[in-house]
Amino acid sequence: MKYIEEFQDPALARRLLDDIHATVTRPWALMEVCGGQTHTIIRHGIDQLLPEQVELIHGPGCPVCVTPLEVIDKALEIASRPDVIFCSFGDMLRVPGTGRDLFQVRSEGGDVRVVYSPLDALRIAQENPKHQVVFFGIGFETTAPPNAMTVHQAKKLDIPNFSLLVSHVRVPPAIEAIMQSPSCRVQGFLAAGHVCSVMGVREYPELAARHRVPIVVTGFEPLDILEGVRRAVRQLERGEHTVDNAYARAVRPEGNPAALAMLEDVFEVTDRAWRGIGVIPDSGWRLSERYRDFDAEHRFSVTGINTREPAECRSGEVLQGLLKPHECEAFGTLCTPRSPLGATMVSSEGACAAYYLYRRLELGTVPAAKTAATAPTAASAPLEASPVV
Amino acid sequence: MCLAVPGRVLDIGEKDGTRMATVDFGGVQKEVCLEYLPDLQVGEYAIVHVGFALQRLDEESAKQTLELFAQLGMLQEEFGDPWEQAAAAGGDPWPFAHDPDLEPGPAPALAAPQEEVQP
Repeated sequence: MKYIEEFQDPALARRLLDDIHATVTRPWALMEVCGGQTHTIIRHGIDQLLPEQVELIHGPGCPVCVTPLEVIDKALEIASRPDVIFCSFGDMLRVPGTGRDLFQVRSEGGDVRVVYSPLDALRIAQENPKHQVVFFGIGFETTAPPNAMTVHQAKKLDIPNFSLLVSHVRVPPAIEAIMQSPSCRVQGFLAAGHVCSVMGVREYPELAARHRVPIVVTGFEPLDILEGVRRAVRQLERGEHTVDNAYARAVRPEGNPAALAMLEDVFEVTDRAWRGIGVIPDSGWRLSERYRDFDAEHRFSVTGINTREPAECRSGEVLQGLLKPHECEAFGTLCTPRSPLGATMVSSEGACAAYYLYRRLELGTVPAAKTAATAPTAASAPLEASPVV
Repeated sequence: MCLAVPGRVLDIGEKDGTRMATVDFGGVQKEVCLEYLPDLQVGEYAIVHVGFALQRLDEESAKQTLELFAQLGMLQEEFGDPWEQAAAAGGDPWPFAHDPDLEPGPAPALAAPQEEVQP
C-alpha cells in the first residue's frame, strides 16, 4: 500500500481497504462509469491498492471522448466561418477532428472563445448582435441542464443570434449497451455521482434488477471510490444486486426536480452515435420542437463532411473497457497529448490521458495478472456487434 | 468539464429575470445561476457545475473537497486559463500573434500551485 499516505484521510482509507481485502473471496470486475473517477483511480493508484481479485474497468463516461468525429468536424466548420463566434468549454480545444482542432481554428483567425458557463456564451450573443454565436453543447446529464437553461433564456429574452450545437449523451442507455454486449465482463457499476445529483437514482433499479448487477452511486474523491468499491464488492459477495447511494452528501434520490423539469421542456431523447462505439438507441438528447430554431445544425448548412478516423486509434475499445490504454500499440509513441490520435488522450477525463499523466513511468509495474485479465480476447467484440447498438 | 466544484454563496441578485449569485471557490469567484436551487441562501455551499448550482452540500464536506482539489491542482485546471493549458498540451505558442486584444490575463491566485505531473 505504497500510496496510501497520499490520501486525505489515510487511516480511513486503510480501514476501507482492509474491509475490501477481508470481504473478497473471488474475482470481481467493476466498471467506474465516469472519466473523473478514472482519473482519481489512476492518479492515486487505487487499482493497485485493491485486492488482485478486484478489477476496475474504465467506462465510457467522458463526454469529450465520446463526442463523434462528425460532430467535432461540424464544430470546426462552423467555427471557421467569418460571421461566427464559436463558444466552447476549454476541454474541447484539443480534441482532434479530421486533421485539426479548435485550437488550430483559432490560430488561423477563427473567433473561438472559451467560456466557463453556457450563460457566458449567451451574454456574448447579446453583446454581438451582428454575429452568430454558437455554443458547443456536449456533456452528460450534469451539463445538459445548464445548456437547457441557456436555450430557454435565449428564447425568453429573444436572442436570435444564439444557437446550440447539441451532442448530449445519457448514462443509463450506455450501461444498458455495455451489459448487452457479448464481450461484457462487468459485474457491478460505480455510477457517476454528479449525474445522479441531477437525475437522482430512479433510472437504475430496473437496470440493476434486470441485469442482476449492483449499481453503487459513487463520488469522485479517493475515499469515495474506495467506499463505492467496498459497497459493490459486499453486494457481489452476498449475491445482491441493488442500487446503493454511497454519495448521499451530494445525491438525493429524487435528483434535482427543477433541473429535470427544464430538461423535459428543452430536450427530447434521441439516438446518438458515440465515438468509437457506434449508435446507442435513446442515448442522447436533442432540442425539442419548441426550441428547434436554436439548433445550430438546422441554422447552418453543415454538409459534405468527410470524417477520417485514424486507423491506429483504439479508443473505442478503451471506452468500452475492452482494452487498457497502455495496451494500445500507439500509446505514448504515435499518440501523446501533444499529438493525440483520439480524444481519450487529450480530455481531462480521458482514460488514455490518465494513464499518460500518472502511470507512464510505471508501466512496468502494472501487475501482470491484472494486465493479462484485461487484455482483449478472441471472444471480445466491439459493442457494434451487440443487437442493441 | 464534468468536474463539479463546491462553492460558498457570497451574495444573491437577479439578472435577466434569473436568480444569480456570486460564489467563492477557494479564492476564485464566479457568477453562478441558482435557478436549479432557488432556495439556496447566502453562506450556504453547493456543488456548482459550469456556472450552475446543482445540489446543496454541507459546509464540512465542501471545505474538505475544496482543500483536496486545491492540493491536486484541480482548481487550477478548472479556473485557470484554458488557452494557456491547451497551448501547453500541444506545445504551441500562445497568445496568437493576430489577436493581441485577447491576450489572457494573469491566472487567478489559487490556494495551491498546479501539481507538476507531466513526465
